[in-house]
Order: sequence, then structure tokens, then C-alpha cells
Amino acid sequence: MKRNGAQIVIETLLEQGVDTVFGYPGGQVVNLYDALYEYSGRIRHILTAHEQGAAHAADGFARATGKVGVVIATSGPGATNLVTGIATAMLDSVPMIAITGNVPRSQIGRDSFQEVDITGITLPITKHNYFIHNISELADSIREGFRIARSGRPGPVLIDIPKDIQTAESEFTPRPVDPPFPVRKPDPARLSRAAEAIRACKRPYLYLGGGVIRSETWELAAKLAERIDAVVGCSLMGLGAIPTDNPRFLGMEGMHGHYASSMAQSRADLILAVGVRFSDRATGNTDRFNRHMRDATIIHMDIDLAEIDKNVSSTIAVLGDLQDSLAALLDALEPQTHPEWRAEVDALQREEARRPAETVALAPRSLIRAINRSVNDDTPIVTDVGQHQMWAAQYCNLKTPRTFLTSGGLGTMGFGMGAAIGACLATGRRTVLITGDGSFGMNLNELATAVTYDLPLTVVIVDNGVLGMVRQWQTLFFGKRYASTTLDRKTDFVKLAEAFGAKGIRAESLEIFEEAFREAFRSRGPVVIDCPIGRDEMVLPMLPPGGSFDEMITGKEDDAHE
Amino acid sequence: MSKFVLAVYVDNKSGVLTRVTSMFTRRGFNIDTLTVGETECPEYSRITLSMTGDGYAQAQMISQLSKLFNVKKVELLEKDNSIRRELMLIKIKNQQATRQDVLAVVDIFRAKIIDFSPDALCIETTGEPSKIDAFIEILKPFGIIEMCRTGITALERGAGSLISKNDQ
Repeated sequence: MKRNGAQIVIETLLEQGVDTVFGYPGGQVVNLYDALYEYSGRIRHILTAHEQGAAHAADGFARATGKVGVVIATSGPGATNLVTGIATAMLDSVPMIAITGNVPRSQIGRDSFQEVDITGITLPITKHNYFIHNISELADSIREGFRIARSGRPGPVLIDIPKDIQTAESEFTPRPVDPPFPVRKPDPARLSRAAEAIRACKRPYLYLGGGVIRSETWELAAKLAERIDAVVGCSLMGLGAIPTDNPRFLGMEGMHGHYASSMAQSRADLILAVGVRFSDRATGNTDRFNRHMRDATIIHMDIDLAEIDKNVSSTIAVLGDLQDSLAALLDALEPQTHPEWRAEVDALQREEARRPAETVALAPRSLIRAINRSVNDDTPIVTDVGQHQMWAAQYCNLKTPRTFLTSGGLGTMGFGMGAAIGACLATGRRTVLITGDGSFGMNLNELATAVTYDLPLTVVIVDNGVLGMVRQWQTLFFGKRYASTTLDRKTDFVKLAEAFGAKGIRAESLEIFEEAFREAFRSRGPVVIDCPIGRDEMVLPMLPPGGSFDEMITGKEDDAHE
Repeated sequence: MSKFVLAVYVDNKSGVLTRVTSMFTRRGFNIDTLTVGETECPEYSRITLSMTGDGYAQAQMISQLSKLFNVKKVELLEKDNSIRRELMLIKIKNQQATRQDVLAVVDIFRAKIIDFSPDALCIETTGEPSKIDAFIEILKPFGIIEMCRTGITALERGAGSLISKNDQ
């Protein structure tokens, strides 16, 4: 059938199973939007307040479902506004398609109005990108883009379509969706070496990363932990891969990880690292990590060849789909028990539990625990970036994979509002955004989107009036010289919420918060709860930047929490 | 740190070279030389990269290159198992007093005079990069006006072909 380029884009999206796209119109995508209008019964377009919000929404949609998120923006500023969202998706391996319009081919390279080389700009932050030179390559490029975004280690793909290609006509024939590109099977010799090492170990630590969620291998991973009697820790991106209340689970490890989890990792004689990339935030100083762990066996299983030995040198590397690698290990291994190791870790956990109680009216840990009491097992919890993010990572009680959405790799303040909108639309469930007053300030315009679409979204602002994470560094390492981190803005978040058409509540105490939070779960539409907390609250424990586990600041002597 | 040479088959499409070089910039790796051209298969181009780095850098470069969608095959060309050549054009002052010496050097190095003008001589030479380095050293006293080197291009010894190896 004959279709114009814009219609071909929408037809191809439908063919790929897309039912929701996020975006913002503009001069060079007006044809695409005309086609969206035409196909509005079959594909839903969510108009955000800003292209960055749309990119994060597509990302949140993808993280919550495992499907490919789609975002559309116009040329020039529309396209550049996607950049942070695309980079965020790249660093956290989120499958995403970004479609941008560009000026007609005859105008390319002339610095035309709203022209920008977006394929050039996004080269290092996409898995691949396309500039469509000809209508004949349009549909297949989009198909290939989806295939790349989904295959192997997922990631974002950008497709830049000049306006005259959107209006040109071509024959279009629908095609079934291609399966992902084949992945090499894990090497049996390496798998049997790994199994041998696991059989011989005494203190196993299973270290789960975002790859476990991307590959949907959380059940295999939990089974393996059981089989080899390992304790389990995870990276920030691995949160949700195993239920928080699983007795083997010690929590996130790393810079702001749980004491017991980080210490157990450093004392383990075998680390089975699954779908992780040993980021500097997870390991501290990698040279020292390598030196410290030199007597331990590190088995690294991942789908991405380039992650093997990139940050940490492994003893045994198993390259391949985690579905295959984990299943093969389960087949090879018989049950083990390590009661002494468990007792050692129990002692670490008891030590961790000896933390001073929080006594102020509203303190971070109590706040997150109050959230835990009122959410459902499948409630998506989204965070922004900063102290609140780490408190959420430390204390959120997660039951289900894909329910904890956070910008781990890029650490994008402002990620939350868009991502929460995406998660909310993807799941249809009330979604909780835990944000800070700093992060919320970056993309609060998306409250307008949440109101327009009447989204069940609860925004919890952990409001300390400062850029708390940087302030914490300044407190600890810069002699309390608080350069540009004291916000003290006069913004009234309750009135602000009301001005956008949302409900706004200020929670001065835990009781008020809990009531408001529960009430929000019973109501519809977006609710903003502003929670004032002390500006000197710290995220502890903490590894000093570039430090290693033995330099952990645990704050036991510190009375900041009191 | 050691020097090593990679042969890379890539899709013969616009923008692919940028993808390759952009990856090196992003990962903080330096390229010593890069050559690119058509191959026996019209759909592929072949890039020869020479670089300096340790074992870590070498492994990372190979795996990061392999991840690029337009890269079809990456092969490390070992020194003993490959033929490496570079071409140089070099312009030397044409002076009565030294002309015979220059011609003698050109003859010894099996180079070629490809342009002869009253004030300058242009010489073409091909060889291992070390031979070219030596040639330049010898020519220096005669007055080098300008020069241009192509960078290394290389093939594996024997009957093999990187792409057919891939197909098997």
C-alpha cells in the first residue's frame, strides 16, 4: 500500500507493538503529528511539557514494562532537549527509540532554522542512530532500530527523519517483528570452571545488577542463591531483582550501600557478579578494589563483551545471555550450605542494625518506611537523584522487579517526573515519585502533564532546602563551605501543586505524612506531598569518593540523625 | 605499552568512520594512524588502525569496536603474521650541490622521483613504517619542504580473508 513517510513511521511503530508514544510537536514533525492524529485510535500520544520530560517518560515506560519506549521531538531544540534523556537511557541500558524530525534534505548543512546535527550529537550516547537519506530505507531503519534497542544489552536508538521524507510517498508492506540478534552461547568450559570455583568456595556473595532485571532472570538468580547458600547484594540498578525481605538479601552495596552488604562483599571468597558493570559507585576505587579482592574469585557473567574486565578484573568471565548462563550453573550445581559464613554475615547485619533511632518529627528513614507501609507490592517507585534517591535505595521495601526506577549511571536530577509519568501510563497503577526539592525543581513543569492526563501519581518531596548530597560532601570533605548548595527558595510547593491543578499537602510530621500518603492512594489524580526534613541529614554509610570499603563512614559516632 | 594493528571491516556507508573515531575519543584511546578504503566486497570498507596501548587498552578497543553496529569484524594483526606497508610522499629541495646524493639515497631505498622541478624534488616511497622513518632521517640534511604519510595498511599473510573467515 502507498503511504507517506509520516504514515510509514506510525505503521512501523504499530507493527513493532507500540501503543504509546511520548513527545512534543514542532515544525519539522508536523507531518508526523498529522499521522498520529490520523492513527489516534490505535496509538496514544502523550504530550509532555518539555521534550526532556518526554524522553524520561519513554524511559520510565520502558523500565516499568521491559518494552521499548518511544519519544518524538522536532528538529533543533526539540532534538537537543532529548539529549539528557537519551544519555540517561544509554547509561542504564534502557531500550528506547527517539524519533526526531529534521529540516528537508535540501536545507541540510546550511544552518537552516532549527537545524541541528542530532545524529552527530547523539553518537556517543546511543547504541546506534540513523539519518534517513531516502524514503525507501525508512521502514527498515525503524525496524532495525527497534531490533538493536531490544537485542543483547538494550539501549537507545535515534532515528532522524528530514521533513521531505515524511511527506514523500512509498510502498509499505507490514512485516512481522524480527527476533533479537542472536547471542553467543556461554562457553561450557568457562561455565564448568565457574561451577568448580563455586563448589570450592566457603563465603559466596551473589552480586546482582540491572542485567538481571533486563534479562528477566530474577527467578533463576534467587534459585541459584538458594542452591549455593550465598548471601545476596545488588547494585543500585539491581534493586528489585530480589525481594528486599528475602533473608539472604543484604541490600545494595557500594558508596551508599548497606554496611553488611558492602562488608560481606569485601570478605567474600567468591563474588558471583551477574549483569553488573562494577561501576565506580559500586566498588569505590577500582584499583584498591582489585587489590583487596585479589584472593577472592570473581566470576563475572554478562551479555556485553566490553564489560568483561573493563572496571574490575575477573577470575572467570562468562559471556552470554544470563538466561543461559544462570540456567547452566543451576544445572551443574548441587545444594551447598555455609553456616559459618552465614553466622559471620549475621553479625555484620546486627552491627548494621545498631544505628541511632530517628527522633525528629520527620526523618528520611521513617519517611521511606511509612511509604513502605502504604504501597502495594507492584507499586512503581521512581526516584530523582541525590540524598532522597539513596535513602529510597536503602530503605524501600521492594517486592517486584521493575518497580524501582532510578537514574543510576548518569545520575540525572530531573529524571523523576518524566519517568514517573511513563511508569504510571505503562502500568496504570498509582505511582510514587520520591524526589528532592532540588531535583523536583528541574522538571516540575511535568506536573502539568500529570494533571492533564489525570495520572495517579504521588510526588513525595523530601524537602531539606539544600542540595543535600553535595552539601554532605561539603560537610565531610570541604570544611562546611556550602558553596551554592543552600537553596532556601521561597517556593510554596502546596500552592505550586494547586496552581498546576494538582492536590498539594505539607506534611510537617510523620503522622500527617502517613495520612496524606494513604489518602492519595484512595484518590485519583496527582498529589504532591511536601515533606520538610533537616538540612543536615546525611546518607550513611558512605565510602569517601575514590575510597575503598575499609574507609566506610558509618556515622555510628555521628549524631546527625538525632 | 606496545604498538599494535587492528583490521576492521565496516559497512561501506556514510558516517561509519565517524562512529569508529568517536568511540575512540569517548573511551579516551589514541589512534596513531588510520587508513580506510574499499575492499573485495563492495558493501564493506576496511579500516587499518595502528595504536599504542597496554593489554587492557587492546582488549577494550577490540570489544568496544565489536559493539558498534556497523562494525562487522575486528582482527588483531600480529606482527609476525601480517604484512604492513605505508606510503609516503616527500618534497626535498632540489639543489645542484646535493642532487646526486639525493638520487643515490632514492636508489638505495628503492624510492621513486615522481616530480622534478627546478627548486624541488618529490619522492614516493612505500615500506614498513620503520623503513620510512629511516628514509626521512637520511633526507633531513637535504632540506625537507613538506611530507605526507598515509599511515599503516596491512593484510594477514597466507590465503585467508577476514570476511570469508567470518562467513564460515
